[in-house]
Amino acid sequence: MTEPTSKASEPAIPAPPQVTAPPQQAKVPSNQSSAAAPAAPNPDLDRAKDIADRITSKYPGSKLEWVKPRRLKVSVPSGMIKDVALFARDSLGFDHISTVSGVDWIAKSALEVVYFVGSTAPGQEGFVLALSERVPRDNPVVPTLIEVWMGAEYHERETHEMFGLNFQGHPDQSHLFLPEDWNDLPPLRKDYVSPGR
Amino acid sequence: MKMALETEYSPDADRIMAVSLGPQHPGAGHFRIRLWLDGDYVVKALPDAGYVHRGEEKMGEYRNYIQNVPHLERPVILDSSNILFAYSLGVDELMNSKIPSRGQYLRVIMSEINRIISHMYFIAIQGLFLGHTTMITWCMGDRDFWIDLGERIAGARVTFAYIIPGGVRNDIPEFAIEKGLRTCDWFEKRMDEYEKIFYDNPMVHQRSDGVGVLSREEAVAFGATGTVARASGLALDVRKDEPYSSYQDFEFKTPVLTQGDSWARAYVALLDMRESVKIIRQALKRLPQGPVRLKLGPQPRVPAGEAYSRTEAARGEMSYYIVSDGSPRPYRLKIGVPSAKNLRALPHLLRNVHVADIPVIYWSLNYWPVEADR
Repeated sequence: MTEPTSKASEPAIPAPPQVTAPPQQAKVPSNQSSAAAPAAPNPDLDRAKDIADRITSKYPGSKLEWVKPRRLKVSVPSGMIKDVALFARDSLGFDHISTVSGVDWIAKSALEVVYFVGSTAPGQEGFVLALSERVPRDNPVVPTLIEVWMGAEYHERETHEMFGLNFQGHPDQSHLFLPEDWNDLPPLRKDYVSPGR
Repeated sequence: MKMALETEYSPDADRIMAVSLGPQHPGAGHFRIRLWLDGDYVVKALPDAGYVHRGEEKMGEYRNYIQNVPHLERPVILDSSNILFAYSLGVDELMNSKIPSRGQYLRVIMSEINRIISHMYFIAIQGLFLGHTTMITWCMGDRDFWIDLGERIAGARVTFAYIIPGGVRNDIPEFAIEKGLRTCDWFEKRMDEYEKIFYDNPMVHQRSDGVGVLSREEAVAFGATGTVARASGLALDVRKDEPYSSYQDFEFKTPVLTQGDSWARAYVALLDMRESVKIIRQALKRLPQGPVRLKLGPQPRVPAGEAYSRTEAARGEMSYYIVSDGSPRPYRLKIGVPSAKNLRALPHLLRNVHVADIPVIYWSLNYWPVEADR
């Protein structure tokens, strides 16, 4: 179970059972490359799968949402995101926060927070890990990840005001972009309707 | 310069004065910095953004993928092609469309022209903040030749709306290729003059050397990107890291400096422009024949899925997170703009500095309030 710290990509990657890409992604594995043949070997895709394997095997509750060349999205169950984030930063080299986003899944009554993390590790600069957690819409509380990626501070503050997600432990969740006296639903929630619509 | 004010600071101390810089400051644009001053020194600074927040992401959810093109470039009209480039890459990825190679080359040409337009504005205002009037007059004047070139290609002057999902909006006219090559030749000579009058100027060095130093570790921790990261020794360049479009076809370098001060952040912009000129020249000379766009129709249906696309905009990594549910409109459209990514470095750099250094440090971060607010 010990994780190797070297970032060498493993040559043998069979189709692992963990890779449960949604059906719409399953048929477009090589959409970025110029090669039209889907069977063409793609080292960037293999490496992204390798990274995903390392996360999902270490944290059994986590689930690979989709994987593409240089991109992967992993969702984690409640209470685990900070551990996975620390593992991704310290052992996988994802140390450079890119942005934080929220998604309002109103039909499923859930709010999702997604951290997009790039890397400064040599040879891995083009990879982006998306780390997500879904929380119930009526009690959207997630831990802040400022201690993992300091640059997440303002991105989390923005996600808080736009989605109403509460980042526990965040030092300042006052409005960043919205007016101070904003007294309405968080505007990027789906049940907020823009004026005039 | 370095004072142990951090430890002495208490909000009730009589000697601490709270001041608002902006939002009507002519240089700061629509942006306020809340300052706590002890005499001439900044004890604490907090950025206050949001004066030009227009809800671009919410607007994006109400419009279809083609209607989104014109309004998505409004947050950063200085660099309008690069913000649409990232959007188009994301939509192309979701639609699994293969862009014709002439369209790819034209996307690169326009993106690099916009990088120069944006950087010219950046160093012009940096010159203004340093009291270097020549720089603003020269750069603002010379920038117009690049805007002219963009107009010859796209038809509009600043908001080009040229790069769209599926390719580019129209083909480049023959005379614009020749004009572009001439502009490149002229501009390379012109940049030598910028170096002499601005970057080698003792006054500029005195005002910006060692001012607002951001170390490499801090740049990584804050998630700094673009010119800010590359001036601090962090060699991040999306064009190299994941060669999108046709960037793998061109020879260029990623300029990296290690000083991390305001001077380096301004100088990286000039080095960037030298590489941009190289790329534009190669692309114009080797422009392949063929169509420039795919036929998508006015209301393309995008398959359900998610995409995270990135481009290297003038200010740094421009990223889009697009969630599609299969309808003609995006379910979620997140714009990750470089200004917002670099904003975290500002309160850190504005500690224990002279008030007179604030404009230099602020502008050297290449922060554009309209872009950050969206």
